[in-house]
Amino acid sequence: MNTTGFPYRIFPLGDSAITIDFGNCIDEAINENVIQQFNKIRQDPFPGFIEALPSYSALTLFYDPVLLRKTIPAGTTAYEWVKSKAAEILQDLTATESPAARFFKIPVCYDTNWAKDLSALAMAKNLDIEEVVHIHTTTIYKVFMLGFLPGFPYMGEVDKRIEMPRKTQPHSILSGSVGIAGRQTGIYPMDSPGGWQIIGRTPLKLFDSSKEESSLLKTGDRVEFYSISKEDFDTIKEAEDKNRES
Amino acid sequence: MDTIQDGGRYGHQHLGINPNGAMDRYAMQVANALVGNELNEAVIELHFPASVFMFSQPALIALSGADFSASINGEPVPNLHCIAVNKNDALQFHRPLHGARAYLAVRGGLEAIDWLQSKSTNLKAGVGGYKGRSLEKGDEIRIKRKEETLPFLKEEEFKVLPWSADIKFCENTKELLVLPGSEWDRLTGEAKDLFISTPFIVTKQSDRMGYRLLNNPLQAVTNEEMISSAVCFGTIQLLPDGKLIVLMADHQTAGGYPKVATVITAHHSRLAQLKAGDGIWFRLADHATAEEMLGRQQQHLQQLQNACILKLQNYLYAPIH
Repeated sequence: MNTTGFPYRIFPLGDSAITIDFGNCIDEAINENVIQQFNKIRQDPFPGFIEALPSYSALTLFYDPVLLRKTIPAGTTAYEWVKSKAAEILQDLTATESPAARFFKIPVCYDTNWAKDLSALAMAKNLDIEEVVHIHTTTIYKVFMLGFLPGFPYMGEVDKRIEMPRKTQPHSILSGSVGIAGRQTGIYPMDSPGGWQIIGRTPLKLFDSSKEESSLLKTGDRVEFYSISKEDFDTIKEAEDKNRES
Repeated sequence: MDTIQDGGRYGHQHLGINPNGAMDRYAMQVANALVGNELNEAVIELHFPASVFMFSQPALIALSGADFSASINGEPVPNLHCIAVNKNDALQFHRPLHGARAYLAVRGGLEAIDWLQSKSTNLKAGVGGYKGRSLEKGDEIRIKRKEETLPFLKEEEFKVLPWSADIKFCENTKELLVLPGSEWDRLTGEAKDLFISTPFIVTKQSDRMGYRLLNNPLQAVTNEEMISSAVCFGTIQLLPDGKLIVLMADHQTAGGYPKVATVITAHHSRLAQLKAGDGIWFRLADHATAEEMLGRQQQHLQQLQNACILKLQNYLYAPIH
């Protein structure tokens, strides 16, 4: 328990990482705390620190145990040292400058041509396709974490009326496809097998390795979707592809 | 599948960019040490059946990791030696004798796409290494070093230099030390016993992303859904059907299956050399053991690197051989 009021537990992830777990849940306040701690630790890394990885409700710290052991008292394991260092960092209540949350409006074509699972989802939820689209486009989502694929945003929370578990078998999914899994929504940055229910496709490039900021979205960003026609999709996609070539 | 890999790409996992890198990082570092490179210089990781390589200039190379019974111009050449090759020499691999992944290092390193401070191939993003993909027939990989001057090498011959690294890859022992993970206690008492007392078989569904294991299903005390969180190389996840999967170099950054344990880093080399059909045993370890074993492994590498630099200097610049 730390004084910020977020109880936590620390687990080892092998011999070169620990995970600070604030509870197995999707919760905005907890995720905000994870992002705060992520920023704090990156501003003031400890010896042997490699990187930090924020997820929904946990923060994982990767470190080099051999390098770290050269700087700590003999007889202490790197694991024990990082564990107590983490506790110390969590005790420190000095507010960190977190980058302001950015807001993105993302165009999505909900045409069934791209939205392979939209009709089935609407049917299962006893809604019209238009209602599903309306519900999906009138919620502001938070990017809780990136993972699975480079630049893949895990966003939430999806309205209960359109939540749907992921498929039991993975399918091949096109880049830009927008999907739903439980109360999460996400966008596939590249063609990939995947199990999310596909309800639309954005012409925007979520990930571009040739750019310095390769991922369009970051953890903590807010996203709102808006519906576009097939024609708009083609026009924007063409512009995006051209932009990449130049 | 052959790809260019190095020590991995770190610092970008929060963007979903996983570290990639050589599966058997230790073998990769040994190969680099043998040719006098930085330990994490980019090398070619080979899976059997491996590519045939034709050299268009003299070079110093080394093979390490799996033994695929290599030959140059038809004559067998050993692993773990520095080898001087000539223009037009052909390196090929005939049979997978031991292990699953071999490494080819070239003195001076390879010219490859550097993305986020690493030359490792990221197949998902299609970037890094050679055009962001695995090697294909006809590809030309440039060596960073322009021309190797090898006065001792006569025309139309290659030469195995007379020292080798005293390292055994792909040992017969298939025991892997693991540290319990965050969901270790999801296993029932009986499942924990099975985990440490029965063999697990590596299945054909095994690649650079992970190995699926064949085992008697392990029971969990709860099937409560997990929210995705970080995983790493060596993480052993419990699938809903009670089978296990071990994550390898191209693993996703986060996963939602229970993490019952993680293979210690010092045993990643052993893990990376497993192939379909191999049986393995897990044994529980503690952090002190894991860290000390890793420390000794790195110390040994350092010594090997220093010794190789000296040997190479003496050999390359000595007047007569």
